[in-house]
Amino acid sequence: MSEEKKVFLSAPLTDGDVTALRCGDRVLITGVLYIARDAAHARLVSLLNEGKPLPFDIQGQIIYYVGPTPARPGSVIGSAGPTTSGRMDAYAPALMEAGLKGMIGKGSRSGEVREAMARSKAVYFAATGGAGALLAQRILKAEVVAYDDLGPEAIRRLEVKDFPVIVVNDTFGGDLYEKGVAEYRRP
Amino acid sequence: MKEINSSVITDTVARLAIEANRQLGEDVVRAFESGRERERSPAGRDILDQLLENARLARKDAVPMCQDTGLAIVFLEVGQDLHIEGDLEKAVQEGVRQGYSAGYLRKSVVSPPIAPRKNTGDNTPAIIHTRIVPGSSLKITVAPKGGGSENMSALKMLKPAEGWEGARKFILETVEKAGPNPCPPLVIGVGLGGNFEHSAFLAKKALLRTVAERSRDPGTAALEEQLTEDINRLGIGPAGFGGDVTALGVHIEMHPCHIASLPVAVNINCHAHRHKEAIL
Repeated sequence: MSEEKKVFLSAPLTDGDVTALRCGDRVLITGVLYIARDAAHARLVSLLNEGKPLPFDIQGQIIYYVGPTPARPGSVIGSAGPTTSGRMDAYAPALMEAGLKGMIGKGSRSGEVREAMARSKAVYFAATGGAGALLAQRILKAEVVAYDDLGPEAIRRLEVKDFPVIVVNDTFGGDLYEKGVAEYRRP
Repeated sequence: MKEINSSVITDTVARLAIEANRQLGEDVVRAFESGRERERSPAGRDILDQLLENARLARKDAVPMCQDTGLAIVFLEVGQDLHIEGDLEKAVQEGVRQGYSAGYLRKSVVSPPIAPRKNTGDNTPAIIHTRIVPGSSLKITVAPKGGGSENMSALKMLKPAEGWEGARKFILETVEKAGPNPCPPLVIGVGLGGNFEHSAFLAKKALLRTVAERSRDPGTAALEEQLTEDINRLGIGPAGFGGDVTALGVHIEMHPCHIASLPVAVNINCHAHRHKEAIL
């Protein structure tokens, strides 16, 4: 990553952390991330709908959309890059309502998710899609906290150091994908 | 008559599945390097640098370059004078099972496709495409395909009057709609003609070429050039952050079709353009 405009954040996040971010900011996250993708999201949202507690405290947390490869003996985790976030759009607003402050993935979010981000003060980051070997090096610890039966889709708690992401959607309606394409599109 | 034992096929498929996931082709590495030269966007150059470093690490540390180690697509070209001892398809599935286990690759297959979508636990079944060819060799190609890019693929039955312009418009719309989701820079396979299912097969087969290797037909090659230019003007860029390098390659395969039809299939591949082959 190049060195300009770099923000250092520790996770979990506060409202102040989130509202200080703008789309395009390069951020290095140190602290805790939770891994969840399609199947785990469906289960989390059913718990919320039934008024039951979640398997982890979601206040201020960041969810990283990833299904890692199995760790080789002696490693913390396998390859661990982001998956396409749009598949989690149906579930994300309910989780933000419950206290989620950040999401890491790749690809565009729906209008509903972006509105929920502004309303609930949460931010959407992208990590580099397909750079799973590189990103895994920034993960210091990984443990399954729920849904081990889902295999690669289990919820894991990660400890990361200087995990590189870029802000795609901030709480003010900014969208890096739209901005970037508008800047480089040629007739 | 030449004979091979199916256990050799199993071992070969297992090896190719692991190699495809750990060793990015030199053609893709070169495409990243030349893309970096012409990319105007600093964020885009940064992404290409990360992808080069990622490919280097995956090879050095023997880990998958991407966590989505794919649905295994296996192409077999079986020589008609070859005798295989044992069950060919079972041998291939067993190779996938062994490779995905021994290589610490992710098991990404669920069955049935609707709820409860239970993980099959060994990444089988692979999709197998078999063709009988002259000779006595067996050519095996393993191409692990990620879900994110496959989801952005599309097929349309055009009216013949729409012609190349209609096909071009549909391909551009498909890439534009995909935007950042399929992990650009992309390799785009296009199947033009045939029928409904054959156009999709041709689009997949087009992805087996070396990146940006042009069609042997000069007319088709010219269309590939034009389409690559058009796609790179969309502004999507590496990771979709805006930029000039959206497509590393566009590969078109054509086939004759019915007088009433003009099928076009677009199979999008991410930058992890993975395929390895062996000839037994």
